[in-house]
Amino acid sequence: MSIHHKTIAQLSQGLSSGEFSSVELTQHYLDRINASDLNAFITVTDEFAMKQAQAADDKIAKGVGGILTGIPYAHKDIFCTNGVKTSAGSKMLDNFISPYDATVSHKLNQADLVMLGKANMDEFAMGSSNENSYYGDVKNPWNVDKIPGGSSGGSAAAVAGRLAPFATGTDTGGSIRQPSSLCGITGLKPTYGRVSRYGMIAYASSLDQAGPMTQTAEDAALVLNVMAGFDEKDSTSAERDVEDYTASLNDSIKGLTIGLPKEFFSEGLDDEVASQVMAAVKEFEAMGATVKEVSLPNSAYAIPTYYIVAPCECSSNLSRLDGVRYGYRCEDPKDLEDLYLRSRSEGFGEEVKRRIMIGAYALSAGYYDAYYLKAQKTRHLISEDFKKAFKEVDVIMGPVSPTTAFDLGSVKDPVSMYLADIYTLSANLAGLPGMSIPAGFAQKLPVGLQLIGNYWSESKLLNIAHQFQQQTDWHTQAPQEL
Amino acid sequence: MEWETVIGLEIHAQLNTKSKIFSAAATQYGAEPNSQACAVDLGLPGVLPVLNKEVVSKAVKFGLAVDAHINQRNVFDRKNYFYPDLPKGYQISQLDWPIVGEGEIEITLGDTTKVVGITRAHLEEDAGKSIHDLYDDYTAVDLNRAGTPLLEIVSDPDMRSAKEAVAYAKKIHALVQYLEICDGNMQEGSFRCDANVSIRPMGQEELGTRAELKNINSFKFLERAINLEVERQQDILEEGGKVAQETRLYDAVKHETRSMRSKEEANDYRYFPDPDLLPVEISDELMAQIKQELPELPQEKKARFIAEFGLSEYDADVLTSQKPMADYFEKMIVNNADHAKLCANWIMGELSASLNKHQLELVDAPITADDLSLLVNRIGDDTISGKIAKDVFKAMWDGEGSADEIIEAQGLKQMSDTGAIEAIVDEIIANNAPQVAQFKSGNEKILGFFVGQAMKATQGKANPKLLNEMLRAKLK
Repeated sequence: MSIHHKTIAQLSQGLSSGEFSSVELTQHYLDRINASDLNAFITVTDEFAMKQAQAADDKIAKGVGGILTGIPYAHKDIFCTNGVKTSAGSKMLDNFISPYDATVSHKLNQADLVMLGKANMDEFAMGSSNENSYYGDVKNPWNVDKIPGGSSGGSAAAVAGRLAPFATGTDTGGSIRQPSSLCGITGLKPTYGRVSRYGMIAYASSLDQAGPMTQTAEDAALVLNVMAGFDEKDSTSAERDVEDYTASLNDSIKGLTIGLPKEFFSEGLDDEVASQVMAAVKEFEAMGATVKEVSLPNSAYAIPTYYIVAPCECSSNLSRLDGVRYGYRCEDPKDLEDLYLRSRSEGFGEEVKRRIMIGAYALSAGYYDAYYLKAQKTRHLISEDFKKAFKEVDVIMGPVSPTTAFDLGSVKDPVSMYLADIYTLSANLAGLPGMSIPAGFAQKLPVGLQLIGNYWSESKLLNIAHQFQQQTDWHTQAPQEL
Repeated sequence: MEWETVIGLEIHAQLNTKSKIFSAAATQYGAEPNSQACAVDLGLPGVLPVLNKEVVSKAVKFGLAVDAHINQRNVFDRKNYFYPDLPKGYQISQLDWPIVGEGEIEITLGDTTKVVGITRAHLEEDAGKSIHDLYDDYTAVDLNRAGTPLLEIVSDPDMRSAKEAVAYAKKIHALVQYLEICDGNMQEGSFRCDANVSIRPMGQEELGTRAELKNINSFKFLERAINLEVERQQDILEEGGKVAQETRLYDAVKHETRSMRSKEEANDYRYFPDPDLLPVEISDELMAQIKQELPELPQEKKARFIAEFGLSEYDADVLTSQKPMADYFEKMIVNNADHAKLCANWIMGELSASLNKHQLELVDAPITADDLSLLVNRIGDDTISGKIAKDVFKAMWDGEGSADEIIEAQGLKQMSDTGAIEAIVDEIIANNAPQVAQFKSGNEKILGFFVGQAMKATQGKANPKLLNEMLRAKLK
């Protein structure tokens, strides 16, 4: 098996046994990145990576390395990285070299991980196809005419295309799970508040959550062990101890009760995707789980609710990008208003501007109650639906995306694009943890199975996913030419 | 027509925390531009605010001191607008759930007292400073002030004159200093007043259209700006015009107000709860602790001054109207418990007059409370007379030394030697027969003449009490 098909767990063994060094491993991935035309990276940090790899090798030689020491990864370009361009996929921040590290970046550095570069993404994490990046479309490694999903499209393509053993992602409405599903990898969005948001460029603050994108559930557990934890710099992070997420991977899932929300199997779901999802559920039944239908009646309002809450927050979050202190500034502004108008008109892409305008409108005097407040109420109802469901079941399963990866450039209408998130948004609105794990293929493209757990049930989700991956080999599949 | 003025004040009191409300950067005034602005204050991508818990305690202190309802659960909102000295494009403030709810405070104006309602007080961050005259083609931005904690105290429209407004503002000013939550420095902008002013025909219930006056940085200007605005509105209404709802800037140099923006131009701030901050929860324990730690408030101190030192209502009121003055008095009294009235007189008399004359604040006075205490002691123990003491005070003010040093050096010690005074008195009586005759015929006033002569002869050092007694005895 080529080295780049190895999981983190396997690479970690190879590094500690001296089978290969971190420098060799890092060079191997850098070579693959340079030869790749997936456009998965915005910035490749060769020198930086080799320095980190060398430092990691030194630690391994001294026997003071940790389990992740020397493992390379792709870092979504939404995380601030000290001294490295942090663009969030936007022309607005094309010239922005962050002067500080995000908490997640810091934690990954502390664990001696090796950053290969900054992964491509939809501009400010707004998009479901990675077609909204200032740095161009990312291609799906399974079929380069297809989208990889978004907004963590570069991250997903990098892992599926074996350009990195794992990647970081962020998920505001499905941005880890949907590209993971469309690229056939394992992705975890933790409970809101589990991973610090400090230094993660905010799209929608009450929904954003970072998580790992990996080949396997075991790898996701290893990375989450590093990413998770309370951060005093983020008031919304939870003051809760971090468990060892690998501890219960091997627990039996016999007796597990799976809830299938009927609303997740309705109109619009591709038949082949549906049958792959159901086949996966059958597999769980064979492993001793029981299945129950549940109802999430308010999930029908997830899309309108999300497309009020997220734009409202982003319209304010992105106000700091005004051309005054950093980032893009238009040429020769004639006065202050011109500076604002042109810097922001020229610096932001279409979709970002659309959401800023929706948000600014919804927050305006006279509309606030009808939109923002109403959306907050609906959001509460959506959470209540889950609360009820989790009284009866241990985990909720369903599709991640209604279809497999679609053709690049094929979805032009923004509202149709928004429908791609129909099954993922609810977990963000409720703040629940969710996963996507590979569950087969349809039209020769990967299909993901979504797991949604109760608050702080990451260990349980990883356990369920790991047990599934012990019985199936969907997660080991890679695009043929690799 | 007779008009009634209606005034409400919005006071921004800068809370005196060492670090900013949502970041660890320092708040010290006057630092090198942008040297006290960290990543959070600069509004860099990805940064998040973390509430400085001290501001919560300070705001609660204020609330308790004005008998206000404290919202133990209160919420930070974002007020969205674009300006170069507002780095995030929004100000974190409180709209629907301010930390301090309705309260009240009593003000005194001459012999009358009046209760002014406090609508609310909320926490917010200050913006930076735009400096327009530093460069020809650019505006300079200093973000040192960005993120400084402010308590915005909003009054009900209860004031009916500029004088009342000033009395209220002074009362709040004193209170925040008593509570030690704000240094009250108006020159540095630590305490700022905006005034909402409207007028209506006397007797009318409905409020007139108001103008908001900004940029007022002293109590004197507050009074002037309000009076100016009242005149302006009267002129408009009496000529049949309409007052526009607008924000007006007070120009102290030109002594005028001018329109800054009209209601139509006003921003829609698109307020919404800040998703980066959780609602503030104040526990019952913290409330109890803050209540216990509340310092003695002005009205309590006033009552104590009357009871403990026998001061008049008026004296006690003046002395407690400003914390530095009350502190000064309390320091003086330590060694002068028997001469409380004398201490009060000296603070309110010579000291205040000299401060006014030199335009100094009490904290900058060249004579400390201990120094002045010593001087009062010397009056009390009859070393010098009150009249001589005034000269000593002047010399002390000019830095010529302590009271004792000056008395010694200038030989000002009071003459209390009965024999010596008697000799002088005898001589004066012998030399002024006509005046003696007048006194004897019932002209009591002429006694002053003899006192004057005696003082002249002793360069003012004769013990006046002794002198008086002796003269009366001898002239009989």
